[in-house]
Amino acid sequence: MPDTHDFILIAVIAIGTAATRFLPFLLFPANKKRPRWLLRLSKVLPAASIAMLVVYCLKDVHVTELQGFLPEVISLAVVALLHLWKRQSLLSIGGGTICYMLLVQQVF
Amino acid sequence: MWTLIKGKVLKTAFIDTLPILAAYIILGMGFGVLMSDAGYPLYFVLLMSTFIFAGSMQYVAVSLLTAKASPATALLMTFLVNARHLFYGLSVLERYENTGKVKSYLIFGLTDETYSLVCSQPHVKNENRTAYYFTVTLLNHLYWIAGGAIGNVLGSALPFNSKGIEFSMTALFTVIFLEQWKETKNHAPALIGIAATAVSRIVFGPDHFLIAAMVIIAISLLFLLQRRKEEEHLA
Repeated sequence: MPDTHDFILIAVIAIGTAATRFLPFLLFPANKKRPRWLLRLSKVLPAASIAMLVVYCLKDVHVTELQGFLPEVISLAVVALLHLWKRQSLLSIGGGTICYMLLVQQVF
Repeated sequence: MWTLIKGKVLKTAFIDTLPILAAYIILGMGFGVLMSDAGYPLYFVLLMSTFIFAGSMQYVAVSLLTAKASPATALLMTFLVNARHLFYGLSVLERYENTGKVKSYLIFGLTDETYSLVCSQPHVKNENRTAYYFTVTLLNHLYWIAGGAIGNVLGSALPFNSKGIEFSMTALFTVIFLEQWKETKNHAPALIGIAATAVSRIVFGPDHFLIAAMVIIAISLLFLLQRRKEEEHLA
């Protein structure tokens, strides 16, 4: 059963998490003029952040054995090719995911 | 607030969040199972998924709870694991500007996955933007809560082998990456994002590389913008 310490911990984690999400809005409130560099930065940040997330998802890939990277490489290629071909997000994502599941369950 | 949930927007949001549904249910279940193994009841899992709503942090939280970590340690871990949220907030300052009553909820629910959809939806009409953001955030929140609850109550027993299904997250981010690539002429930010994160991962290992990556990305982007400004000046 959770005790007081457990409740304190999850409260701290909830507040800390919210802080990381709210901080940019508190630092740069809507009613104050935002610096030019910030506006420029916010235009290029999404592309860099999504790229960061893609690599972050692949952080456990390792090249010391084939099953450490081949399922990811093949499935990413499937996602990219499907997307360049049909440009249907769900098809690309679904196709790549099924490919990955087959590879890690049946092949490697 | 609930009037924001409209048929057409709901349909678009639901279709867009399908890959997230798959991943959140499975990852949420993984979290729910860990919590039940650690002896925590359903209401505690619901409390966490509702009020923390951060996937990787909740996995870390399980070990903080079982180790009886101090609140200070927990807070420090939270900042380390969630620092990437700063980038998301900075990128959507403008987008979330006129979202009215739901603004706080949108910011509260700005997960990796919600963020990726929010910064990539050209097919939503301007007047439906707030409704779309709200519906996506709420659906993702519900998927995540449901996954944790299912895992905590039923355990990990699924009628099919779900191993590898979490790849839908990687695939989702990759598709958004490709879409952004097609829509922009300047690919330097995307390339900086890849290079900085990959190099940091290689140098710092799989557990502690994200903050380093963020610092390199921020510095490189500011440098890039500065140089472009100077070029515009000269031209």
